[in-house]
Amino acid sequence: MELTILFYVFAALTIIPAFVVVFSRSLIYAAFSLLFTFLGVAGLYVLLSADFIAVAQIMVYIGGIMILLVFGVMLTKQATDVEISTGIMKTLPALIVVGFALGTLIMVLTGASWTQIGTIPQIEGTALELGELLMTTFVLPFEVAGILLLVAVMGAALIARKPKEVQS
Amino acid sequence: MIPVHYYLILSAVMFITGVVGVLTRRNAIIIFMCIELMLNSVNLTFVAFSSYLGNEAGQMFVFFVMAVAAAEAAVGLAIVIALFRNKQTVNINEVNILKW
Repeated sequence: MELTILFYVFAALTIIPAFVVVFSRSLIYAAFSLLFTFLGVAGLYVLLSADFIAVAQIMVYIGGIMILLVFGVMLTKQATDVEISTGIMKTLPALIVVGFALGTLIMVLTGASWTQIGTIPQIEGTALELGELLMTTFVLPFEVAGILLLVAVMGAALIARKPKEVQS
Repeated sequence: MIPVHYYLILSAVMFITGVVGVLTRRNAIIIFMCIELMLNSVNLTFVAFSSYLGNEAGQMFVFFVMAVAAAEAAVGLAIVIALFRNKQTVNINEVNILKW
């Protein structure tokens, strides 16, 4: 029972800021409400007994991506901060399409008969199992992810720096 | 225990919210935030199924999705900043020099 109440609390903490991100006119409000969405998702991971992923979520998203986004907001400050809204001609078809998609998804998800096959043992957390998987079954994707991150950081630095003046 | 479709519906709503943002907003940084929302909702689905299946492989996928999301955010914001330096705007309606 307490778990259900906690689920609803975290779900509200996830969904309401998500709406603020999409519908708020202010960039910095959107950025900071995204932080609460990430926190709510981390709480849901804890409810799902995925402790390592929850900590990784807080470190990667709140500690990394969030800071990058806030820097992006501050570096691209415009004189007219208020965004000119898209016309109703573009919003209405978008809302109709995603309404159909959401209706279909909810119909399918509530109609299916889900059964629980197993549980993850909750004694010492999932870090041990994840570490073993990372070094055995998933060792190649792990290395590839490392290379991807290295290349991405180098590329980001290369793209974002000031273009060098041509020596003449 | 909470039925699994609660988590699935929550992540569906979150994903659709992100799609609405990408389709209706015109600011490049807001579009980034909505992409992060969509990635988070997919991660939530992965973790929910992994937990109810009793198998950690789904959490491994979440780990790699996070790595790719971090790379995507770094490169994407670098592109946005380069764009802002060249055109003084992040409104994607005004970025149309590749439009035929």
